[in-house]
Parts: sequence; structure tokens; C-alpha cells
Amino acid sequence: MLNIQLLAFGIARDIIGSRTASLELPDDASLQDLRILLLERFPAFAQLRSLAFAVNTDYQTDEYLIRDGDEVVLIPPVSGG
Amino acid sequence: MIDVRLLATALEDDACLSYVASEADGGTVLFKGTIRNRTAGKPVLRLTFEAYDAMAVREMESIAAEGLEKWRCHRVAIHHRTGTLLPGDTAVLIAVAAPHRQAAFDCCQFCIDTLKLRVPIWKKEVFADGEVWVAAHP
Repeated sequence: MLNIQLLAFGIARDIIGSRTASLELPDDASLQDLRILLLERFPAFAQLRSLAFAVNTDYQTDEYLIRDGDEVVLIPPVSGG
Repeated sequence: MIDVRLLATALEDDACLSYVASEADGGTVLFKGTIRNRTAGKPVLRLTFEAYDAMAVREMESIAAEGLEKWRCHRVAIHHRTGTLLPGDTAVLIAVAAPHRQAAFDCCQFCIDTLKLRVPIWKKEVFADGEVWVAAHP
């Protein structure tokens, strides 16, 4: 199993109910798998305009294979400026 | 040269303008984004900005570098607020200096447009009857 940390901002933090969370995923999990799991556990994510992921301060696509110890950042639609 | 800051204190026009000032440049553009007092007709009481600090700074630096290279500008300053702001307060400042004005206008517009697309900063509008994360839902 992979152990990862989630870091959530904006409305994503409201949806999961905390800034950080720990999660276990199967060894070959991708961000796509994480997306599916998040949508199952927190259906409110389906209502968002988008949900992007970053790993260690870089945006990553859903094909990214998660590594043990990764910090995965949940990035709902940004609204800076 | 690039000066990017994410600040919890009031933004200063002069800090950006003096950073980009240079005798080599004939045009300086300053974009200033401020808090509107209404959204869709509803009075806004205040706004809260939240940022993923480390990544927000990196993304703003990368946008500034892209803009400098593409329009051959010399200096860019991007300062963005975090924390709670009131109507009229400054949320973002972007100053660009270039030898000629068109490059400064274009580079500044690119920086603010791209910042809004990809810098991990979120704002929540607070109204008398509730709060909304801006742009979160379709």
C-alpha cells in the first residue's frame, strides 16, 4: 500500500473537512484512481467546475503514478487576482 | 529581473513601481486589482484570500519569467495579498517596465490573465447572508 498525505485548499478543504488528511492507496494507484476515490467518498467534488492535483508544488495530470510518501494537493478552481 | 511576493500586509504601489524603474525603459504599466463592493448586485462585506504559498510563489515566478522572455521586458513585479480584505483594498499589483509601451501592456496583461488561470490562490466572498468560494462551481 501507498501512504499519502492530502493537502486541501479553498472549497476542497471545506469538502473534506480538514486541511490535511492521510490516505492509503493500492501500490499502482494514479491520480485518476485518487480522483475516483475522492468522488466516491465526497460526492460534492462532482459539483465543482474543476479539480486539479499538484504533487510537491507541481501540477500533475491524472496519469501521474503516486509514490509512497507523496503530498498530493487538491486544487479546486483558482480565483486569485 | 523578477520580484514576486505573497503578502499578508497592505500592498504598496510604490514598492512595485520602484522595483521596475530603470533608465533603460520608456514604458511602465501597473495593473492594480482591487476588491469590488458588489458581486451580481449583492453588497460584499469582505474577502478572504487563501494561498498554497510555496506553489503560488513558484507559479507567479514562472509566469513573470515567461512574460519577460516573450515580450523582452526587463523587470516584472507581482505582489499578491493573502488574508482578509475589504472593498477598495488592493488584492494584486503587477508592474512591468519595457523599452516601449506595447511590450509593457502586453506582458502585464499576460501576467494577470495567466495568474488568474493557474496560481493556487482562492478567494471567498462574504455577504450579509453567507459566504461563497469564487468560481468554484459552474
